[in-house]
Amino acid sequence: MSLAPEHAPTMARQSLLQRLEPHAPALLIAALALAGLALIPALSSWITLTVAGLAMGMMIFTIASGMTLVFGLLDVINFGHGAFISVGAFVGVSALAALGGGAPDADPSALSDLTTLALAAIAAMAATALMGLAFERVIVRPVYGAHLKQILVTMGGLIIVQQLIFVVWGPDEIHVARPESLKGAWTFAGAAVEKYRVMAVGLGLALFLGLRWLMRGTKVGLLVRAGVENGEMVEALGYDIRRLFIAVFMAGSALAGLGGVMWGLYQEVITAHMGGDIMVMVFIVVIIGGLGSVEGCFIGALLIGLLYNYVAFLAPKAALVSNIGLMVAILMWRPQGMFPVVKAK
Amino acid sequence: MFFGRLISGDRPGSPILAIVLIAILLGLAFAPFLFPGTRSLDTAARICIFIALAASYDLLLGYTGIVSFAHVMFFGIGAYGAALGLDGLGRGFGSIAIGAAGGAVAAAALAFVIGLFSLRVRAIFFAMITLAVASAFAVMVSQFSDITGGEDGFSFKVPRELTPAFKIADGKLFGVSLNGKLLLYYFVFTGCLVLFLALLRVVNSPFGRVLQAIRENDFRAEAIGFRVVRYRIAATCLSAVAAALAGSLFAVWLRYAGPDAVLSFEIMVDVLLMVVIGGMGTMWGAVIGATLFVIAQSYLREVMGALSDATEGAPLLPDLFNPDRWLLWLGVIFVLSVYFFPTGVVGRLRGKD
Repeated sequence: MSLAPEHAPTMARQSLLQRLEPHAPALLIAALALAGLALIPALSSWITLTVAGLAMGMMIFTIASGMTLVFGLLDVINFGHGAFISVGAFVGVSALAALGGGAPDADPSALSDLTTLALAAIAAMAATALMGLAFERVIVRPVYGAHLKQILVTMGGLIIVQQLIFVVWGPDEIHVARPESLKGAWTFAGAAVEKYRVMAVGLGLALFLGLRWLMRGTKVGLLVRAGVENGEMVEALGYDIRRLFIAVFMAGSALAGLGGVMWGLYQEVITAHMGGDIMVMVFIVVIIGGLGSVEGCFIGALLIGLLYNYVAFLAPKAALVSNIGLMVAILMWRPQGMFPVVKAK
Repeated sequence: MFFGRLISGDRPGSPILAIVLIAILLGLAFAPFLFPGTRSLDTAARICIFIALAASYDLLLGYTGIVSFAHVMFFGIGAYGAALGLDGLGRGFGSIAIGAAGGAVAAAALAFVIGLFSLRVRAIFFAMITLAVASAFAVMVSQFSDITGGEDGFSFKVPRELTPAFKIADGKLFGVSLNGKLLLYYFVFTGCLVLFLALLRVVNSPFGRVLQAIRENDFRAEAIGFRVVRYRIAATCLSAVAAALAGSLFAVWLRYAGPDAVLSFEIMVDVLLMVVIGGMGTMWGAVIGATLFVIAQSYLREVMGALSDATEGAPLLPDLFNPDRWLLWLGVIFVLSVYFFPTGVVGRLRGKD
């Protein structure tokens, strides 16, 4: 009989670096904000840019969270996600116009025009959710499991929807006026902070916390997470995963629609190809966050939003390229993205 | 057999297909004499260039099974390479060669870097990353307007021998005046033919067989001992170089380079449609797809214009058939062909669907 191997457990404290490591992505946001503070000469412009960056990040998160969930659960890369952004924006703006919001002679009381905005957003989400249902049925369902065909078919779907927007709403871009109570800015420490951006940050944060609770605290979330991990097993346990698929696809589409309304009001102009343009940033966010991860998506979106705004201020021509640079850097650090969830399928 | 060697033993595999392909080849080879007129000559040159471009894209999409949305970016790099060469070094064939070579090298280097980052991890990253990089590149080109001419692009002079002012011989041949324009067409035609035959050679080589094996089952290919990543990156670089060379020819033909003409996302969609409708995974599909598409591009608009007028008064229909909405119908055809004819026109003609 041989002796048991020598075993001497040590109780050494983990070093600070080791303890910080799991939180590295979140700390990256703080580091980026600090770097911005150091590089941008005036404090007031830094505040304005940070709020703008956070607002932009939250809007991208709204759109990207839907896409990353759909990928995680359904294993579908939806290049047509951008179509929902555009449709959401157009439906939302039409609803806003129909309800009389944004018109200069409208009753300027805060409650009424915020209610109109909420109604318009709900209309946009309902429309895009229904469209998501149709999209899943007609376009995506026949190609589950075949990535190459998915990319081609959803791209075709994007083209068709963009052209249909031209048919319904005409080929011109539409200028949008924000509701009266969201116009203008607050002044804070000498910095102008637009009201709308603050609202976008609040909405995005609420959405993130809500999604987190939904994913971690409810049975639906448990099923979704289990489905991401192993769909067949969920099915074997007696749950109808098809219904879950459809629900998640519709929710993802509705989130894209909401993001489209927010983005349209942010830019104050909507075009049929706005969805395709935003998708570039959404793809970057989804990739650096780690496909299928809501947290990664959130942090990635904030990083992209902040970096874009800082660089656009410091060196305007490098803004879009800086996002690609960030993506490259993060992929060198963590090739599967910051929070890899889905194992390579 | 010389001809068999020329097409690398890749036979069309169907008599009808062979006849159509020979008709296309003869049509393009004698286009200036068969279809006189500036507009039809322009169409013929476009068909040549898009055959080469679609074939280079098929190397990636059809043979290797990688979806790239940056293919037009490489096309554009080649176009700007030749354009900047001719603009900066003067109007000579040497400038074309230097510019085109520079563009090809730049395209290969960029393709290598993109491939290294995305294909190493997961092949599906590639589609997203190429889309992001291509759109950033398009923005950059329009921003650096002192070099690229920005949104407007810039025109330049091609060698004197390739301009209408240059007379080869007095008089006319079959009613076509023998001038530099004719020479320019044959310059483009020969360049595209060589490119196409080279691509045909590549896909029928042992290297091409490995690519097809990777497309069918990358895991098994890796297990046999092929380094899948290296092959994927090599295919990406090769197709980028071919696209860049096609782009150089296009710039010389247009005597102009600008974002809308050589970099726009619409061209990317067009090339995707050409390859899918013609037939993925066969070079002949690119020929059929590009020819059909370029002809349809002008023809479909006229049909739709007529339909739009005919349905005047009905709700929504005139808008649906508006000539500007032709992409809508191509999108529908595209989705349907991915579902129902995954092997495209060529697969149908070969009778194995």
